[in-house]
Amino acid sequence: MEPGPGRVKDSGKWQKPRFSRKALMKCCLVKWIIASTQPQDKGSFDSTRSSDSDLELSTVRHQPEGLDQLQAQTKFTKKELQSLYRGFKNECPSGLVDEETFKSIYSQFFPQGDATTYAHFLFNAFDKDRNGSIRFEDFVIGLSVLLRGSVTEKLNWAFNLYDINKDGYITKEEMLAIMKSIYDMMGRYTYPCVRDEAPSEHVDKFFQKMDRNRDGVVTIEEFIETCQKDENIMNSMQLFENVI
Amino acid sequence: MAGVAAWLPFARAAAIGWMPVANLPMPVAPNQKNKRQDELIILNVSGRRFQTWRNTLDRYPDTLLGSSEKEFFYNEETHEYFFDRDSEMFRSVLNFYRTGKLHYPRSECISAYDEELAFFGIIPEIIGDCCYEEYKDRKRENAERLQDDLEDNKDKKPPNMTCRETMWRAFENPHTSTMALVFYYVTGFFIAISVITNVVETVPCGTSTHQKEVPCGERYTVAFFCMDTACVMIFTVEYLMRLFAAPSRYRFMRSVMSIIDVVAILPYYIGLVMTDNEDVSGAFVTLRVFRVFRIFKFSRHSQGLRILGYTLKSCASELGFLLFSLTMAIIIFATVMFYAEKGSSSSKFTSIPASFWYTIVTMTTLGYGDMVPKTIAGKIFGSICSLSGVLVIALPVPVIVSNFSRIYHQNQRADKRRAQKMQKARLARIRISKTGSSSGFLHSKRNGLFNDPLELTGSIEDEQQLSKSTSLLESQHHHLLHCLEKTTNHEFVNEQCYQQSYLEAGQNYQSQSPSLSSQEGMTGTCCTRRSKKRHSPLPNSSVPSGALMHPLELSTIHIQPHTTSRSSLNMRLEEQHPLNCQSGGKVTTAIISIPTPPAANSPEGDAQPPAVPAHHQNIVKVSAL
Repeated sequence: MEPGPGRVKDSGKWQKPRFSRKALMKCCLVKWIIASTQPQDKGSFDSTRSSDSDLELSTVRHQPEGLDQLQAQTKFTKKELQSLYRGFKNECPSGLVDEETFKSIYSQFFPQGDATTYAHFLFNAFDKDRNGSIRFEDFVIGLSVLLRGSVTEKLNWAFNLYDINKDGYITKEEMLAIMKSIYDMMGRYTYPCVRDEAPSEHVDKFFQKMDRNRDGVVTIEEFIETCQKDENIMNSMQLFENVI
Repeated sequence: MAGVAAWLPFARAAAIGWMPVANLPMPVAPNQKNKRQDELIILNVSGRRFQTWRNTLDRYPDTLLGSSEKEFFYNEETHEYFFDRDSEMFRSVLNFYRTGKLHYPRSECISAYDEELAFFGIIPEIIGDCCYEEYKDRKRENAERLQDDLEDNKDKKPPNMTCRETMWRAFENPHTSTMALVFYYVTGFFIAISVITNVVETVPCGTSTHQKEVPCGERYTVAFFCMDTACVMIFTVEYLMRLFAAPSRYRFMRSVMSIIDVVAILPYYIGLVMTDNEDVSGAFVTLRVFRVFRIFKFSRHSQGLRILGYTLKSCASELGFLLFSLTMAIIIFATVMFYAEKGSSSSKFTSIPASFWYTIVTMTTLGYGDMVPKTIAGKIFGSICSLSGVLVIALPVPVIVSNFSRIYHQNQRADKRRAQKMQKARLARIRISKTGSSSGFLHSKRNGLFNDPLELTGSIEDEQQLSKSTSLLESQHHHLLHCLEKTTNHEFVNEQCYQQSYLEAGQNYQSQSPSLSSQEGMTGTCCTRRSKKRHSPLPNSSVPSGALMHPLELSTIHIQPHTTSRSSLNMRLEEQHPLNCQSGGKVTTAIISIPTPPAANSPEGDAQPPAVPAHHQNIVKVSAL
């Protein structure tokens, strides 16, 4: 290997730099000259570079697992999965739903109120691996629980939704946030008007019902136990059996 | 809403998240017995077959293809829907369903496209931003063309015009009648005669050599005077007739043309008044100059003159600025030339104002040659002056030309401004159609279409009635919103109801009906409202006591949800109370025409089916005592 210009051999004896092409390439001055004469659009326009990389990110396409695998993981039939995927792909051609898109889609169903906060909680409930986007698998697995799961599974899912920090306990603050977001969806024009204390009153009622040992938090066992005793809740859990 | 119809099942499934927090039972989901598996349907448009999923078309239920209206086009033998329309344009219609965006194909005629959209029930306002401007431009062009055609055909005289109106019309549009045409040409002729007379008056036509040449005017005074008199007579008569016929005399008198008319004939009369008065004869002569204004009367006869005048008027500011810069240049060069030529003897540049003449003549490249610089410095600066003059004078020409074309496009700019307003109107329309979903929900509530008892009775004709009025998608969406209402124990209302209730806030009313006892002190709510005509929850009561009306509410009867919401009839006792924010008001009215709600007697819903249709019909019939 030829020593580059300026490179000192280990022997200590300074060798005259050989003026070969390889050596030339190693010279930093030459490198700089070559770099500056590279196609200008790469060097001078940082904006396009970043926008190119933006483009790269946005065209990342996610392909879902195969139909058979999904069929195994969920309780949907093949036709149902196909129909679900068609709808999903139509709205999100890249195969991923990010939070903003999710919020905008969910808000369309509640034109009178502001559904973004609740959509945020929903998003976190669906996005199991917390990577900021929902893939079709997450979507379909979540739906499978909600529509075809057992009551316990559904209650588990609801608990997971309320437990914002996923620590296994629902605190009053978490419940208040959830309740406020639900009331936000009602909007302004309601009868009777939504008072400011309405969410917290509702939360108090909820805790009164759910929190058996009065320790200020609701655990999963308390939650499931109470819900199973409440006829209304059990009935409403079956409400959306045949949505798909 | 429509574009995310695919996500409705998801939204409904996610509603399970509300269930544990709700204190009330949820309404029953709409019947899905008629729900078909998603299938491909074939749309045969003039022989070209399009296939799509049924769900795709169901996304927009207020269009032809999304509603049951397409069943009219169903062909039993071939199991397809046949439309006898243009298949090229159908492509963009179908793509609208598929992608949610409507595009305007530029190769298509605008009116044909509009017709297609109207046929398929799609409003053109939802054309995407990418194509909307083009669409609007084409539409405007088309409208203008049609307008022009219309104006050309406006020659028919509307009947019953008064004499005055006829005259005015004759004056303004000479080609409308023969008399008007004759008048038009006669006046034109006399204007020409008058102008020529003025010109010829000054031509010397002296014959005698011993006399100095006299202008013809002085030679044939009488002839010219008669000619002048005749012309002025005609002009005066014309002016008076116009004044008489004008719809707004004051406005007419202020208009430019009438001022020109007045100025044209006034000198004559002033001349008549003060004849042979030596002192003012000088002024009199000056007045005669104004006779030349008669030539401007031609502008009534010439469209081009009018446009030119309008052009100059409209680019007055540009010309003014140019004049200003020219003046600056003139002053600069005149000063320079004066000082340059000061040294030379017998120089014509006696003062700076005197140099102005040289500068102007040089800059406009006239170069009379009556004043020329003699010194070298003068010549140098003189040449610089002429060169810069070329540049400076060349500037106004494109300005005027561009202004001329700008005038033609100016009305287009006004249209764009109108289009801006149209943009707002367009957005408003789109917003309205989108909020149609929320008002649709309230509308359904009004019609009591949350028919829990119907589920129990399961009568077929009622189900059919239900499916007729709302699509499955809508009913599912409404069910979702209803669940939310139950979860939060509040109801969606119309904005107007909200405003009204807000106005009446602070007035607490006790319920007069013994059956509606307020259990939880809801009278403390911020806005108590009058009763929403709730029926009594007591099963044994046969009196429609819930149908209580406050006089104020009568005016808004058409927007308020009606008590006869069937769900409320069958609600259990304990849940009735929190919802009945207490029936307010002094109960002074009663609904007469509402029949005794049959279900009030039996909460288990042996609602007699015959009462159901009657029930629906009587919803808005109210009378006050």
